[in-house]
This record gives sequence, C-alpha cells and structure tokens, in this order.
Amino acid sequence: MKEIEGNVYLMGDEVNTDDIVPSKALTIIDIAKMAQYTCENIDPDFIQKVNKLNIIIAGENFGCGSSREEAVRVFKYFGIQAIIAKSFARIYFRNLINQGIPAITLDWNHGDFSEGDHLKITLESGKLLNLTKNKIKQFEKLPEFILDILEQKGILNKLKNSL
Amino acid sequence: MSYTICEKILIKHNNNKDLYPGQFIHANIDLIMVHEQLGGIIQEEYRKLNIDYVWDPNKIFFILDHWFPAPTISAAQRHQKCREFAKEYNFIHNFLQNEGISHQVLPEKGFAKPGMLIVGSDSHSTTYGAFNCLSTGIGASDVIAIFATGKLWLKVPESYKIHLTGTLPKNVMAMDFILKFIGDISTKGALYKSLEFHGEGLSSISIDGRMSISNMVVEAGAKFGILIPDKKLENWLKSRGLNSLNFTYPDDDATYEKEMTYDLSDLTPIIAKPHNPGNLAHINEVEGIKIDQAFLGSCTNGRLEDLRIAAEFLKGNYVHPETRLIIIPASKEIFLNALKEGLIEIFIKAGAIIGNSTCGPCIGGHLGVLGPEEVCISTTNRNFKGRMGDPTSKVYLASPATVAISAIRGKISDPREVM
Repeated sequence: MKEIEGNVYLMGDEVNTDDIVPSKALTIIDIAKMAQYTCENIDPDFIQKVNKLNIIIAGENFGCGSSREEAVRVFKYFGIQAIIAKSFARIYFRNLINQGIPAITLDWNHGDFSEGDHLKITLESGKLLNLTKNKIKQFEKLPEFILDILEQKGILNKLKNSL
Repeated sequence: MSYTICEKILIKHNNNKDLYPGQFIHANIDLIMVHEQLGGIIQEEYRKLNIDYVWDPNKIFFILDHWFPAPTISAAQRHQKCREFAKEYNFIHNFLQNEGISHQVLPEKGFAKPGMLIVGSDSHSTTYGAFNCLSTGIGASDVIAIFATGKLWLKVPESYKIHLTGTLPKNVMAMDFILKFIGDISTKGALYKSLEFHGEGLSSISIDGRMSISNMVVEAGAKFGILIPDKKLENWLKSRGLNSLNFTYPDDDATYEKEMTYDLSDLTPIIAKPHNPGNLAHINEVEGIKIDQAFLGSCTNGRLEDLRIAAEFLKGNYVHPETRLIIIPASKEIFLNALKEGLIEIFIKAGAIIGNSTCGPCIGGHLGVLGPEEVCISTTNRNFKGRMGDPTSKVYLASPATVAISAIRGKISDPREVM
C-alpha cells in the first residue's frame, strides 16, 4: 500500500455525524450537492479549507451518532485521505474502512499537530511523520483483516472482486 | 470455556466455531432492517454490482420511518427509489405506509426472536437487545454486502456486566436510568463493547422501559446492549405469536471487562443538557429553564407506557401557552391503543399536537423543527448541535414524565413533585 501524504485539518472531541452532514441535507441524493453542507454548523469555512487540507486529525469518539454513511462519503468526495483520532465511534469506523479510508487511532497531545502541517503516513509500519514539526509518531497498526479491505479500496470493491 | 450472551450468540452465527474478543469474523445475519437509507447510497451502489437478486428476501425488514410522509421533494424522491428497489428485488416484508418507527414495528410484528443476530441501517438498531437478540447498527456499504452475501464482518467485542437492583421510584423512568448510565460512563465509555444488563431491578422494568435502555446503549458507544430474559419477556413475545422461545443466558463464570451496579431505587429524574447525551444533570440543576417546545416520541420513548404516564399529567391540565407539546406514538399499534384508552383525547384536550407515527422532529426532519435559539425538552436520544433544527437551538433530553410536566409548566420541571 502506498504512503499517504497530506496536510492537517484539525477537529475536536465528539464530532458527531450531525456535525458532518446536518439532517436537513441528508435527503439530498446527489453527493456533490450534499457535500456543500459538510461541517457547516461547526466550521462554515470547511469546504474552502478542504481544498488544501486532506488529513483529518481529531479527538475522542470521532463520528459518534447516526449510521449515515454520507458522513464518510462527503469527506471522500473532498479527497480526505485518512482520519486520525484518539478514538472512533464504531459505526463510523466501519464506514470509513468500508469506504477505503484509513481510520487511525492515535493518542496525540496538544501541540503535536497544527492546521496545515504536512504529514506522511505508512500504514504497514504504523509510522506517522509530521514533516512540518519534524516529529515522528508510532500508531497501533490496523489488523491485517482491515488492511486487506483498505488495499482493495473498500468493501464494495472487495465484494465485486469476490462475486 | 465460559461465555457471555454476546459470545454465545456470535458463536452460533460463526458456524458454531469458537471465538474470542478482538477476533474478526464473518457473521451470518438472521435479519436486516433497512429504512430510507435504501433510497440513497444503497440502491445506487447495489445496482452497480450487477446482480439481480438479494441473498434472502425473507430476511429483510424494510420500512419507511424517518421522513414519512415526505416533507420535502428530495425525501419524496428517496421514497420513490426505495419503493422501486423493494419491488424490483422482491422484498417480502415491506412496511411502506404509516406503520411507525422501525425499532418499534419490527419487534411488535414478531420479527425480533431471542438468539437472533439482527442488524439495521440505523444506529438505534441496538433496541432489539431488549428481546435477548444481539443487534446493532451498520452503514450503507454493510447493508449492500449483506444483501449480496448474508454476511457481515465484525470484531467480537468485550462485554460489560451491568447489575440492576431495586425498583424505580414513582415518575422516575427507564430513560432516567440510561441517561444516568451514559452520563456516568461517558459517551465513549462503552465504545465497541457489548453491554449485558442483569438483575432483579431489570425484571421490575416493563418491556417498554427495557427498549429505552437497549435503544440508548449506542449513546455510550456500545455495539450491543443485551438484556437477561425473564417471564415478563416470555409473555410479551408469546403475545406476539412467538411460542418456541430459545433464550440465551451467560455462563456463571463468563468473563466481563467491567462490572457495574445500579440501585434503581436511588435514581432521580435525569436530564442530558445540550449538546451531548452524556452531559448529565440532575433535575434540580436545570429546573426552571423556559422551553419553547416539548416532544414526546421516537424509538427511544414513544411507547404506550410513555403515553400513559404523560396522560396522567395532562389529564385536566393544559399545555403552557408559550410552549408547544408534540406527541408522536412510535407505531400505528401504539396509536390505536392510545386511542382506545382515551389517551389521545386527553392529549388533544390538553392542547398537544399529535403526529403520525414517524421519527419526525427527533432528526429535525419535520413535524416540529426548531428555530433559532429555541429550547426543546425531548424524550429522544440525541441533543447534538442542530440535531432538531437550527444550530443555535438547544435540546434537553429527558423522560416522558419530565417532558409532560415541563410542557404544562412551560419550563423544565420535576415530575416527582406531582404525586
């Protein structure tokens, strides 16, 4: 699997699925239209920033709330490469993996990351390099089972390959 | 080997092969519930697989509940896509019209049988744990994989044992217990875990109340919330036409990562303050806060017991002139029973607004969306920022008893004062 490279967008604790896709946007069928509402209640500038920032670093219980997979798909639409959080809500974790987006659990401290920091991540070795701050972090490697889903770019591709 | 309920049920769905917490398995699914999510990602992506069947149309429970009837054109389009797909793939168990909320209708129709592994395209699918099922919520891609193969990848969770003693004081409800539990353990306190509820305290709680508990476990991050079965459950299931019951109990020396005990007799009315279900407050900390709207309903607390207790408060009283009270029975069956018992008449005479059985205002979808700065007290499950409407609105979660008395007074009030 190739290295993941990108710039940090910082988020806090307990970011929930209503924060990511507000329910008023949830019935929209076209993902491009729905994505225009992404995170509007918590950061009105999100969709501008996301052009340059494509790795999310977040706190505890990221993605808590609803099962709406749209809350992953809007990030995918904007080209988010990976999400690193202190902990993930379980359905959200599944939805990320199923969509082929690495969900990395890392207990990070204030000051480890700033918005815009340039990162390099190697999933196989569990290494995260902050090139801006010249810091290296080791995270718990994802199990082989999950790496395999990511390698195949998500559960639906894996399913297509097996049918 | 000794096992928890969760491990026993998962072994049964792992071709009877042994397993351990942390292990990944491909579990065989007994039943999948799917709602309006079907009309979004699911139908579109499933068609791309180019298969003209679903693994077992008899194991799919399909219902429209979130935005029914459609409040917007886009919701209506979603429903159209749902209906098309259900027809094309020969779904058998279709609840398309005004039946109620999935988590209420599914058990009412006898689809939740003890020992089953049930998943649903909704996070509150943990509700069926009240019926001694293992059940949880999944995303759209998971639904697609199950439609194609009948299997779901999952990690075997560790279990927590929660022992309940005592009985709930008058006008203190199962919702107060589960809000207290979530506040104590925090919204990430049970992430990925299977919660097993035990004890004579549990037996004292009605099936309606038990469903509130299993419904809300997801707000503590849990994967499953499963309850020890008893005679009360057996009678309830028999009344739904389920007779040959096969309950699952844990082994005496099963391993639990954590054990906790609650004495229900000690509980007081609990509120979750904005904007997190774990933001616990005792009633005396929030009493007197003025409310614009009160909502009694949803898969968490829209059942007959909830309506009965609300009617006790509302009979001969009137909703405060500066507050609107919205009451939505969780299913058509509950609605009809409430009509027969005269509850609906009490509500209407008290000035409440009665909605058809749908998720309604819980998700900010329709039938009571909050405006800027408005305050709502609600029997629902989430009070996230903007959940029920404008991002500046505020939602306080509470039991049906607390919501009913608060609606009368126009401010958050203690239901124990009225006895």
